[in-house]
Amino acid sequence: MEILLYTILTLCIIGVLAAVILYFVAQKFKVHEDPRVDQVEKMLPGANCGGCGFAGCRGLADALAKRNDISALFCPVGGAPVMKSVADFLGKAAPEKEAQVATVRCGGSCEKRPRLNDYDGAASCAIASSLYGGQTGCTYGCLGLGDCVSACTFGAISMNPETGLPEVDPEKCTACGACVKACPKGVIELRKKWPKDRAVFVSCVSKDKGAVVMKACKAGCIGCGKCAKVCAFDAITIENNLAFIDSWKCKLCRKCVNECPTGAIRLVGMEPLAKEPKATPAQKPAES
Amino acid sequence: MKTFPKGGVHPSDNKLSRASAVEVLPLPEVVNVPLAQHIGAPAVAKVAKGDQVKTGQLIAEAAGFVSANIHAPVSGTVTAVEMQPNGQGQRQMMITIRREGDEWAEGIDTSSTLVREYALTPQEILAKIKAAGIVGMGGAAFPTHVKLTIPAGKKVEYLIINGVECEPYLTSDHRSMLERGEELMVGISILMRALEVDRAFIGVENNKQDAISHLTKLAAGYSGIRVVPLRVRYPQGGEKQLIAAITGREVPPPPGLPIDVGAVVCNVSTTLAIYEAVLKNKPLVERIVTVTGRQIKEPKNLRVHFGTPVSSLLEAAGGLPEGEVKVLNGGPMMGRAMSNLASPVIKGCSGITVFAGPSAFRRGESVCIKCAKCVSACPMGLEPYLLAKLSRLKLWERLESEWVSNCIECGCCQFTCPAAIPLLDFIRLGKQEVGALVRARAAANASRK
Repeated sequence: MEILLYTILTLCIIGVLAAVILYFVAQKFKVHEDPRVDQVEKMLPGANCGGCGFAGCRGLADALAKRNDISALFCPVGGAPVMKSVADFLGKAAPEKEAQVATVRCGGSCEKRPRLNDYDGAASCAIASSLYGGQTGCTYGCLGLGDCVSACTFGAISMNPETGLPEVDPEKCTACGACVKACPKGVIELRKKWPKDRAVFVSCVSKDKGAVVMKACKAGCIGCGKCAKVCAFDAITIENNLAFIDSWKCKLCRKCVNECPTGAIRLVGMEPLAKEPKATPAQKPAES
Repeated sequence: MKTFPKGGVHPSDNKLSRASAVEVLPLPEVVNVPLAQHIGAPAVAKVAKGDQVKTGQLIAEAAGFVSANIHAPVSGTVTAVEMQPNGQGQRQMMITIRREGDEWAEGIDTSSTLVREYALTPQEILAKIKAAGIVGMGGAAFPTHVKLTIPAGKKVEYLIINGVECEPYLTSDHRSMLERGEELMVGISILMRALEVDRAFIGVENNKQDAISHLTKLAAGYSGIRVVPLRVRYPQGGEKQLIAAITGREVPPPPGLPIDVGAVVCNVSTTLAIYEAVLKNKPLVERIVTVTGRQIKEPKNLRVHFGTPVSSLLEAAGGLPEGEVKVLNGGPMMGRAMSNLASPVIKGCSGITVFAGPSAFRRGESVCIKCAKCVSACPMGLEPYLLAKLSRLKLWERLESEWVSNCIECGCCQFTCPAAIPLLDFIRLGKQEVGALVRARAAANASRK
C-alpha cells in the first residue's frame, strides 16, 4: 500500500514540476502571431485546394493579414462574398475578380472522334500522353483517362461514359484550377462564368491543319476563320489553325455559332440565333 | 561465366529469326525521314520541297554538339518538309522523298569488298563518324561522336563492343556478328585507334554460341580484341550492366558516365556503321531490323533504308496476324507500342515485335503484396514498388531522394511483378517530373548567379 502511495506522490510531483518548467519555456519561446490570421482562416472555406496559389487556406489567411494591398489575392472557392467579408474584417479594399468556371474544350466524343487503337497502360493521362499521341487521330484533344476527375477536390468533374469526355458541374466548380494543371493536353481552361451558366466557346484545342483535323474528328476547329470575321467585339483570334474566343471580350451574341462549319463552337444555356432567312421557313414547319 | 552483379531477369529468349540470314528489303517508293532520330537537338533541314537528292546526301545538319546529321536514304525528289505523325502518333518534322531510281552521292563505296588499310588520326576518324551522322543503334540513339569525345583528364581503359542483344526476340546484332564478322573486327580496330586504347572486349551472351566461336576465331588475327561470353541475363546489354559484367566496375549514378570508370561501350551495329563511314565514306542510311513475333509467318532480319514505312516490313514478313495485335518498336521488354504503322524506320529501331491475341494485352492489375520481387529484380538496386507508389502520390522530391533518376527503364520490375502493377509506367512518369524539377532548379540557380 505504501509503495502505491509513494509512486502516485512521486508522479504527481514530477508532473507539477514539468508543468512549471513547460510554462516558463512556453513564455520564453512564445511565437507572436497576428490573432487576425486565425479569424481570417476561419472565414475562408477551408478547402485547402491551393487555388489561391498558396499551399492551403492558412497561407492565404497569413498573406491577407500581413499585406497592405490584397488586390492580388483571391479565394476562388469562396469567391467575391467571402473576399468582401474578409476585407471588411481587415479594413482593407476587397479584391475584385469575376467568377470563373472550368471549361473542357474538346468535343471529340466517341461518336465524333473514332478510336483507332486501344490504350492498355496505366489509367493516367500524364502517362498516356508521355507514351504516345492517343487513341484517336487527334494528338491535341482529351485523352479521356480522367486525371482532371481525380485532381478535383470538389467532385465537380465527372466522366461521361457516353462521350468519353469529362463534364464540369458549374454549381460545384470553384475555379481553383487544379484540373487545368492536371491536364497534360491543356484542354481545360478557366473562363468567365456567365449567369445561368451560359457559355460560348471553341470546343477544340487542335493546332493541326484543317485537313488533318477533319480526318481525325468531326467536331474539330479547322481554323477557317469564319467566326473571327463575324465577331463584332474582336473576341475571336485565329492562331495555329485554331480559333479562340476570349471569354472576357465575348458578349454572347452567338453570331459565330451559326458560322462554324464543323460545329466546334459550343453554345451552352442558350438557344442558337435563328438561322439565315433561307433556312428558317424550312425548319419551322418541321418542328411544329 | 561473367554477368552483372545485381538483379536482372531471364525471360525466354524467343530468338525466332536467329537462323534467317539478312534479306534486303526493296527500296520503298516514298520515304519519310524524321529530323529527330537521336537524343539531343533535332537536326535542321537543309533541303526544301522540289529539291533533287541522291542517296547518302546530307539533308539535315546537326544542330549543336549533341545532335546528328541526317542523310537521304534514297535518291529522288523532296516532296515535303512538314509535320507528320511518328510511330506513337505524335507529330514531328519529317522530310518526305519520292524515290526515283537508286543513285548514290559521289565518293561513297557501296561495294561489299573488305577494306582494311587506313592512315587516319583519331581526330580524322571522329570527324568522319560525326559527318556520317552515326548514333547508338542499340536503341537509345545517342550521337556516337559525343560518346567518343573523351573529356580532358579522362582515359579510356576498356573499349567494350556490345553484342549482347539481351532483348528477347531480336536478332539483328546476332546476324550482323555472324555475317559481317570481318568488317566488325576492322570497325573495332578503328575505334581502338580513335580512342587510343589497346584492349577491346566483345560481350556476347551465351545463347549465341555460333557468334562467339566465329568471332573468337576472327579475333585471333587482331591484337587486343577478346570475345567475352556472358551468362544469359536481361538487361545485360544495358551499358552500365555490360560494364559491370566485363570490368567489374560500377558506373556512378547520374551525372556519372561510363568514362568515369574508364569504359566506352559501342554496339555491334554501330561499330559496323563506323567501319562503313570511315573506310567506305558511307553515311548512316540503312540498318538491320528484326521483324518477329510468335504469330508472324516468317520472322526475318531485313536490311532496310531509313524512312521505310513499318507496314512494308510487316508485309515482307508475311503480314500482320488477324484480330487484335500489338506492334512494338523494339523488343518486348523495352519496345514502345506503335499506333501508326505508316511511320518510318529510324536509326534507333532494332526490331519490330508483334503480339496477337491474348498476349497483346497486359494482365489485369491487382494490389501490391510487398513480395519485393521487383526489388530483387532491379539491376540498379532501386525499390521499384516504392518509386511507383511515390509517383502515384506525386511526391516528386521524395522520389528524387530515392534515386529515381538512376532507373534505366529496363522493365525487369514490371516483368517480374506477380500483381501486374504498371510499375515502369509510373516510374517513367516520376523520372520525367523529377527531371523537370532538377532542370528548373538548375535554371533558377543559374539565374541567381
